[in-house]
Order: sequence, then C-alpha cells, then structure tokens
Amino acid sequence: MLAALTAGIAFPVGAVADETEQAAPKVELVLDVSGSMRTADIDGGTRMAAAKQAFNEVLDATPEEVQLGIRTLGANYRGNDRKTGCTDTAQLYPVGPLDRTEAKTAVATLVPTGWTPIGPALQKAAGDFGDGDGTRRIVLISDGEDTCQPLDPCEVAREIAAQGIGLTIDTLGLVPDAKTRDQLSCIADATGGTYTSVQHKEELTDRVGQLVDRAADPVVTPVAIEGAAQCAQAPSLKSGLYTDREEFGQQRWYKVDVDPGQELRASVSVAADRAVNPDYGVLLRAVTTHGREIVRGEAAGNGRTDVISTGLRYPKAESDDDTATAETVCLQVTNSYSAAAGVKTSPGLPLELTVDVVDGPSRASDVASFGLGRGWWLLGALVLTGFVAGLLWGWVSRWRVAVWRTN
Amino acid sequence: MGITRVLTGALLALGIAAAPAAADSTPSPSASEDGQAPTRAGTSFRTATEIEQEQQATASGSTGDYLYWSFPADAGQRPNVRATVKLPQTHTAETWQLDVYDGLRRRQSCQYGAQTRTAAEGTASVELACILRTVRSWSEPWANDPLPGTYYIRLTVVNLADSDLGQPVNAEVHVDSKGIGGSAAVDGSLAEPLVPGAAVKAEAESGSGSGSGSDEDTSSKSAVLSSLEPDDGWSSGWWSDRWVWTAVGGALAALAGVGGYALTRGSGRPTRVPPNV
Repeated sequence: MLAALTAGIAFPVGAVADETEQAAPKVELVLDVSGSMRTADIDGGTRMAAAKQAFNEVLDATPEEVQLGIRTLGANYRGNDRKTGCTDTAQLYPVGPLDRTEAKTAVATLVPTGWTPIGPALQKAAGDFGDGDGTRRIVLISDGEDTCQPLDPCEVAREIAAQGIGLTIDTLGLVPDAKTRDQLSCIADATGGTYTSVQHKEELTDRVGQLVDRAADPVVTPVAIEGAAQCAQAPSLKSGLYTDREEFGQQRWYKVDVDPGQELRASVSVAADRAVNPDYGVLLRAVTTHGREIVRGEAAGNGRTDVISTGLRYPKAESDDDTATAETVCLQVTNSYSAAAGVKTSPGLPLELTVDVVDGPSRASDVASFGLGRGWWLLGALVLTGFVAGLLWGWVSRWRVAVWRTN
Repeated sequence: MGITRVLTGALLALGIAAAPAAADSTPSPSASEDGQAPTRAGTSFRTATEIEQEQQATASGSTGDYLYWSFPADAGQRPNVRATVKLPQTHTAETWQLDVYDGLRRRQSCQYGAQTRTAAEGTASVELACILRTVRSWSEPWANDPLPGTYYIRLTVVNLADSDLGQPVNAEVHVDSKGIGGSAAVDGSLAEPLVPGAAVKAEAESGSGSGSGSDEDTSSKSAVLSSLEPDDGWSSGWWSDRWVWTAVGGALAALAGVGGYALTRGSGRPTRVPPNV
C-alpha cells in the first residue's frame, strides 16, 4: 500500500513535466515598486528588500513545470504627472520557462520609484499569459492602495475573471492599513483568490512560495458556456465541468440527454465575488421538456461565504422497449443573492456546473441489504418458529402413527 | 464488510512485510511519513486537497481564506471530521466554521460536534468537529442522505473584524470514521460512487484502454476532479454481517426444530403403544 501511495503521489508531478498535453501552469508575480516601498518597516529592512529576498527564494524553489513571469508597477516614472504615472507598468520578465539567473538579475535592478497603478497593471498582466489552457495565477504584492482612480482595480479584477477562465489573483499587503486591506481583499474575492497581510519577511517568502506551488497542482479547467433564459434554447451539455455567469435574479437553463438506465448527477455552485447581502440561496431544478419538475436541489445560507452550492441526482429507469430514446432533462439554476445598491450587477456571479451521466443505481427491493435480517429479535423469532415447527411435526407424525396402528 | 476489511488488512500486512523497501522505511502503515500527509489546502471545490481518512492534514493560510479538503467515505462508515485552527497571537473575537459537503456539493448535516465556534479575543486556537450521518450504499434520489463517494471539508472564518483579515493561521484537519456495520446495510447500490467527474474519468479510461497504457497512466496524468478512493477500494456492497445473522438464525431454527421434534417423541417408545406389541 505504501508503494502504491507513493507511486500515486509521485506520478502527477513527474508526469506534467514530460507530458505536453497538460498545459503548463502560468504564474505572474506583480510587484509594486512605488516610492513607498522604500519604507523600512519589515523586520528592520525596507519593504523592497523584503520583496527582493522573497523573490529570490521563490525563484529558486519554483517547480520545473511552472512558467513564471514578473511584472512591475510604478518602477520607471519618477515625475508628478498623474497620467504618465498611471500607465507605468512594465514586464520585467516574460511568462515562460524560467531562467533563474536571468530573472534574479532583473529583480536585483529594481528601485522603488513611482506611482501605484494597480488597475492598469492587472489589465496588462492578464494579457501577458497569452493563449492556452493551463491554470493562470497572478500574485500581486503591494504596499498601498491604487493611486490611479477612477479605474477601480477591484472592477478590473472582476472583469478579468469574467473573460479569462481559471485566472486567480492572490494579493499580499505589506501594510496593515484599512484602505489597502479593503482594496486588496476585494481584488482577491473578485477572482476567488486569497488576501494575506504580511508583516514579516518569512511570511512573505512562505506565502509567495505557497501560491506558486499551488499553481503547479494540476486542476481541471472548466469549459465556458452560456446558459439560456429558457430550456428550448439551452445549450446541450455532456459530462464535464462548466462555468458560466449568472446575474442577480437571473435564470440559467441547460440541457442534458439521459439514456434509460443512466443516472444524471449535476451540481452547481454560485460564487459571491463581490459584496453581497448576508442571506442567500441557490436552487437547481431538473425539469422535463414539458415543464414538470423531476427533482430539485436547494441550499440557503447566511453569513460570510465564498460560494453556495447544491446538487441533484436523477436515475432514469431502465426501459424494456429497445427503441426508447434518451430523455432531455432541463436544468434550471437560480440564485437568491442580493446586493446593496451601488454594487455592480454585471458581469454576473461566477457559476460552476458539473454534469456526470453515469450508469444508474441498482434498485433497492427492500430496506435491508438483500432483505436479510439482523439482531436478537430475528434469532429469537427464528428459534421460536423452528421449535414450534418441530413440535408440530412431531405431534403430526405421532398422530399419524397412532391412526395407522388403530386401523 | 468486516471480514473483507480484516482479510485485506492481513494481505496488506503480508505485502508490507514482504517488501523490504517499505519495511525499513516505517514499521506501521500510519500516515506519519513526510510525503504522505498533505501540508496545504485548496481554495475551492475544484482545487480541494485530497486527504485519506486517518491522515493528519495541515495547512497554513490567512484568516479569511476558504480552506478546502476532500476525503473518501464508504458505505457503513460514520465519518468524524475534526479541525483545529491555530490563531495568531493577537486577534479580536472571530467565529470559525467547519462545513462538510458531499460529492454533489450538497451540504451535509452534522449529528454532533461543534461545527461553529467563536474564539474569544486572544485565544490561541479553536477546535471544531462534525460527526456526519452514516453513509448508506443507496438512497432515494430525492433524499440527501450521505452516499459513498467524495466528501468536501470547508474551513473558514464566518465572522470577523476587518482588522483580522489576512492574518496568518495554521489549520489541522483529521478525518476518521466509525464502522457502523450491518445495522446500516441497506439494499441497493450506486453504479459509481458519488465522485465528481466519475463519468469523464470512465470515458477517458475506456477511450485509451485499447492502447498500451494502463488506466493508472491516464487517470493520474490529466487533472481530475477527484481521484480518491478508500484504502481498500469502494465496497461492492453485497457483503454485510446480515448474512451471518441470517445464517446463524437459520441454523438455530433448525436445531430448535429438531429439539421440538425430539420433545414430542419422548425417550424411546410412545406411551400409548402397549409394551407387548
């Protein structure tokens, strides 16, 4: 068992490196090189020094298969012109196979300089990944809020998440002030990423390393689809993992064909990628083409959450008729999230749908397994029945012998 | 199920004793080896870190992260999920919650256990527990009874002051289960355990089955939603100790029958027959 387990664990890591069919995971580190990074408040050193050290260690530890890039913001423009300052973002090292020495040399040249254009930097970073499937991750390290309003970096993040599939932004804040925290955690929430507040060098190194490693884990990439407002126009789905967007109060319909003797399994989760009211729910219904509900899954919750999810099973009975055709089952997804006035409603909330059509279950003909019995009552009843049967049999045979003798 | 487990256990023990490499690495097949226990957690259902039962999984994260793990549970088991969160030195009161979802991402209720707990200001750690209902091999499609398959654990803080957001925390998760045995053996079974992506995986295996690759190759190379199964595989569902009870009952009934019959015969000859006949 040990051997099997280690083989199982070792396999995916080695397999990804020499196997091209699994797209390489891509990570871009986006580093704030604004003037404020000069502040010396992280373990006695400057924020920049901490970031550089973290980068060096992370570059050394980056897994082979990860394609890593580095982008800076506020690294070049010294002046006071806001317009120029807010476009100051540059790719320091392109996303691709990693040359550790080159990347490290590039990082060493950085000097804290300019503005903090987080929004534009994220927009550019999203473009740096190019085409391809693999997972994409942006790790944003910043020490201050965006100085380039009105472009809200949080909105930018949400739009990026809405167009690209599997792009996550993780943020690390180097100062624990409320504004930076709100902005960075908002960016993270918008893309399903994480926000970390960093006060020590080690924390920074560990966390960035952890995030890069996380990107290396092979993950199934969902297929983007667009559900319809009615079943008739709905896209037809096969087994797989799908993603879509659903606005507040919107309905999404999908179709799945289920053959007789097969079972449909569907689960859906709707994520809260923005500030939503603390009471919410999701409803997944399987409906026939004529509008009759077959089965539903529902979930509701309250409080802080990333996602609300539910699922359903529908086994279609076997048919004796050989000509029986597949039944089209409509899946309807609705959510009851709501948001305060002023929260943007589009793009919609991220929706994830898994569909599995597998062989149907064997029918249960009894409550107990094979109708078998169990327990002392069963033994008592059987012993009593056996005993009574033995007595009766004995009496009957005695009576028969007696009758035979008298005749 | 008990007997199969004992047999597999014995076989495994034999196998481990026979393999020299395994024998000198660890004497017991516990999950204490470094490479085995996961040290990270996923951030969504899709990326949940897979753990085996009896493994002590750890993860470091930030307050406010949603930490996900997944584990397999088979029919007849009653999973018991425990989590410990080590909190930073300074923090205000925060509420942590442990949720368990099944393979269809339906939330599963806890029978017992403190699923939600508030850590008072400055507390060093918070412990959470969730004891699920017994996993059945079959249930009606309209029920949300626990079924064999993947289970997801979500650990997160549900109520906190903004100033605590992003602070480093460490989490430990441990899953074990109590074997409920034949009293939970119900009739019927699923064709496939409730593992997400089961259909896709089956297709991939049958599609490449004609080639040289064993199914191990294909399933581990491409990312799958869930690749876990219990140590000794999913139970086929036909065995339960009900067979023993029923068989023993039948044998006792037969004995009692013989006894009852013997009682009516008395010892030797019937009384009404004259001795000289």
